[in-house]
Amino acid sequence: MNAPTDLQSFLAAQERKSLLRFLTCGSVDDGKSTLIGRLLYDTKLLFEDTLASLEKDSRKFGTTGEDIDFALLVDGLEAEREQGITIDVAYRFFATDKRKFIVADTPGHEQYTRNMATGASNSELAVILIDARKGVLTQTRRHAYICSLLGIRHIVLAVNKIDLVDYSQSVFDRIVADFTDFAGKLGFASQVAIPLSARYGVNVMEKSAQTPWYKGPALLDHLETVDVDTALADRPFRMPVQWVNRPNLDFRGFSGTVAGGRIRPGDAIGVAKSGKTSTVARIVTMDGDRAEAVAGDAVTLTLADEVDISRGDILGATDARPEVSDQFAAHMLWMSDEEMLPGRQYLLKLGTATVPASISELKHKIDVNSLEHLAGKTLALNEVGFCNFALAQPLAFDPYKENRDTGGFILIDRFSNATVAAGMIEFGLRRATNVHWQALDVNKSARAAMKGQKPVVLWFTGLSGSGKSTIANLVEKKLAAEGRHTYLLDGDNVRHGLNKDIGFTDADRVENIRRVGEVAKLFVDAGLIVLTAFISPFRSERRMTRGMLGANEFLEIFIDTPIAECMKRDPKGLYQKARAGAIKNFTGIDSPYETPEQAEITIRTVEAPPEVHAQAIVDHLRTNGYI
Amino acid sequence: MREVAAEFANPVMLYSIGKDSSVMLHLAMKAFYPSRPPFPLMHVDTTWKFREMIEFRDATARRLGLDLIVHINQDGVKRGINPFDSGSSLHTQVMKTESLKQALDKYGFDAAFGGARRDEEKSRAKERIFSFRTASHAWDPKNQRPELWRVYNTRINKGESIRVFPLSNWTELDIWQYILAENIPIVPLYFAKKRPVVERGGTLIMKDDDRMKLLAGERVEERLVRFRTLGCYPLTGAIESDADTLEAIVTEMFTARTSERQGRLIDSDEKASMEKKKKEGYF
Repeated sequence: MNAPTDLQSFLAAQERKSLLRFLTCGSVDDGKSTLIGRLLYDTKLLFEDTLASLEKDSRKFGTTGEDIDFALLVDGLEAEREQGITIDVAYRFFATDKRKFIVADTPGHEQYTRNMATGASNSELAVILIDARKGVLTQTRRHAYICSLLGIRHIVLAVNKIDLVDYSQSVFDRIVADFTDFAGKLGFASQVAIPLSARYGVNVMEKSAQTPWYKGPALLDHLETVDVDTALADRPFRMPVQWVNRPNLDFRGFSGTVAGGRIRPGDAIGVAKSGKTSTVARIVTMDGDRAEAVAGDAVTLTLADEVDISRGDILGATDARPEVSDQFAAHMLWMSDEEMLPGRQYLLKLGTATVPASISELKHKIDVNSLEHLAGKTLALNEVGFCNFALAQPLAFDPYKENRDTGGFILIDRFSNATVAAGMIEFGLRRATNVHWQALDVNKSARAAMKGQKPVVLWFTGLSGSGKSTIANLVEKKLAAEGRHTYLLDGDNVRHGLNKDIGFTDADRVENIRRVGEVAKLFVDAGLIVLTAFISPFRSERRMTRGMLGANEFLEIFIDTPIAECMKRDPKGLYQKARAGAIKNFTGIDSPYETPEQAEITIRTVEAPPEVHAQAIVDHLRTNGYI
Repeated sequence: MREVAAEFANPVMLYSIGKDSSVMLHLAMKAFYPSRPPFPLMHVDTTWKFREMIEFRDATARRLGLDLIVHINQDGVKRGINPFDSGSSLHTQVMKTESLKQALDKYGFDAAFGGARRDEEKSRAKERIFSFRTASHAWDPKNQRPELWRVYNTRINKGESIRVFPLSNWTELDIWQYILAENIPIVPLYFAKKRPVVERGGTLIMKDDDRMKLLAGERVEERLVRFRTLGCYPLTGAIESDADTLEAIVTEMFTARTSERQGRLIDSDEKASMEKKKKEGYF
């Protein structure tokens, strides 16, 4: 940077500078971090102490021998240094005389595609790196597709490590042809291919004598001059209402950031959801009222009329209103380890509005390598699908390609609160044409999906007094505290009603368990986590119940307490009566207990307090994906 | 900022009195105008801040009519933790990190604004704008929520919290230009003035009170110095400078060749120390 010598010209130059946000993407070891480090180094943005620490680190961790390893500048987290790969999005800042830049360094590793999408969502341009020795890879196609999906219009294809293929034009040309073959379908507004060596600075700052055959611009030159203006200020006016500003009874303002277009006092505006209209009275800021606000400005508007408006509404131009619907079709990138379930309820956040929503239909998945449409029922991590959404309430929105801020949304898991997907709205669906918006049959998986859990029977078995009910009760409490839907079946609520006609002979015990098993099965069908606490002494009945249920819907939990201990506890005084002969057919006294051979969980109550065991069971459910 | 005010029950703005905090506070005043920011300011006081910082803090809260909470880790004070004898690492851990956690727990804040910027330090470059913390205030850099567009996931369970960094994408130069453009008041320590300093380990430490004992061979000199960053006075290095106006500071900035955190003695304690501190709950 040629620093101007006096403050005024410096500040004036700063103000003229535009900002370019771009991301770099590529596969592992393509040299992204090295390239960014090189840009920071060559634009003289590194301070002396940073440089000194870089030289020290290069010797310690570096992979470049005696040279400075620029990647170390960028790979911030300890784990990355050790593994030698970037694992998260890092934002870097540099500036030249012409522009300021924010770079999102995004990872090439396949499982971190979601981070790339994050970087892309806020970028106007993408630099896609390719290792000249390896050519176009699966990840290259994936990255190009995700860039296009997230609305990036400008691509730089950086063919890196050109020094390692002897600055070969034919290698370069072949890679560019391969890439163009694929990317041509993605409709980028501009695509520039540059042969680079980030390590040696070839064609980074200025054109290199090593590639005389290359006629295009050097990378920085292109980044400084590429026109990425999307003319957002010329689009229809949009402002999602973030906060209703009411300092006192005489002032009622609507605060938000203008997401599109421009607005002046006196302009008519419409409230998207209610359809009400009014005119803008004032544009209020702390520095005095403004004559105009344009896209990107954070302002507070007051209106001429009393109109009911709350957070989540979108104010829009009256002649070009946003769409309002409770259904739309959108592309979605799934970003969670847990797969997407049609019918499950998620929270959808778009602009400032958050509403419950579910995927009513996955129309197709998209193969990111071939762009082919594939049939599918769910989406796994990093998969892209085209889906219909059904919302609990109507929402105002625009197609994503018209406005990122009013067309892009995230899905949030209701239980973990994780951000599980990013969505880009394509078009709204009208009620009239989509009367059957919930195409799903209401079945076991739909009911379970609504509850956000996998139904299962937790079958507690063990001697009388072993602690089944105590632990089952604690487990149920813990599950309820997490918002899980449960039901506990035990002697108290079954023997007094449903089974009051049967006794304690062996045949009666079998019938007792058969009925309990059938009830448990119905409850599983209803999507519940069912806990049963019965002695259930016979293996065959336990096996029968297991057989009535689907795979993984029956977990046998053996409460293993020695009979001596049970007798000592004897909470209901039953052992005493049985030994005195007052109770016949008492398990462990004059009726057998058949120890489980393959219980999923065995609990030895003498080893720890019930609380610990209950927690272990809940942990088991979590580890195995039931909750 | 409005997003936080609208979505959280009990937010707070962590106010460190530094230039970044001053900018953040100024932005809050603007964001909610004509209302006042609907949250209090909180300063985690280590009892070792420059006296001028404390005066400035109290004057600022009075001037803007905002609630100010000052939290001191009394347990640390009782244990006699101080930056000279305990070492900068332990001092920071007890008087800043622990103290901050205490304060957040005590008042039950579910969201806390901080003035950190991504350009400050490598691990901060990866920080989200809305950064999720577990109930024990820990940060897990491998399990951060993806942050798309300007849509922030603000959902948390009870006990968990979010740290919010509105200045994430600002650079140090941006901060100074904005202070200049908006004429934002800052602590006088940023301006050059003759101050009593001691040279210790290659760093100029200002002798702000009598708690600083001189070592053998050290002497107090009056030098023309200013600070690029402010923290606990025994841990904050001054730079020799004659920049006594905002204009002069910005001029000095665009020719600067060392990064501002160089004046922070806590960063160089051990490699990747910022990341460690953050995992433990430091800002």
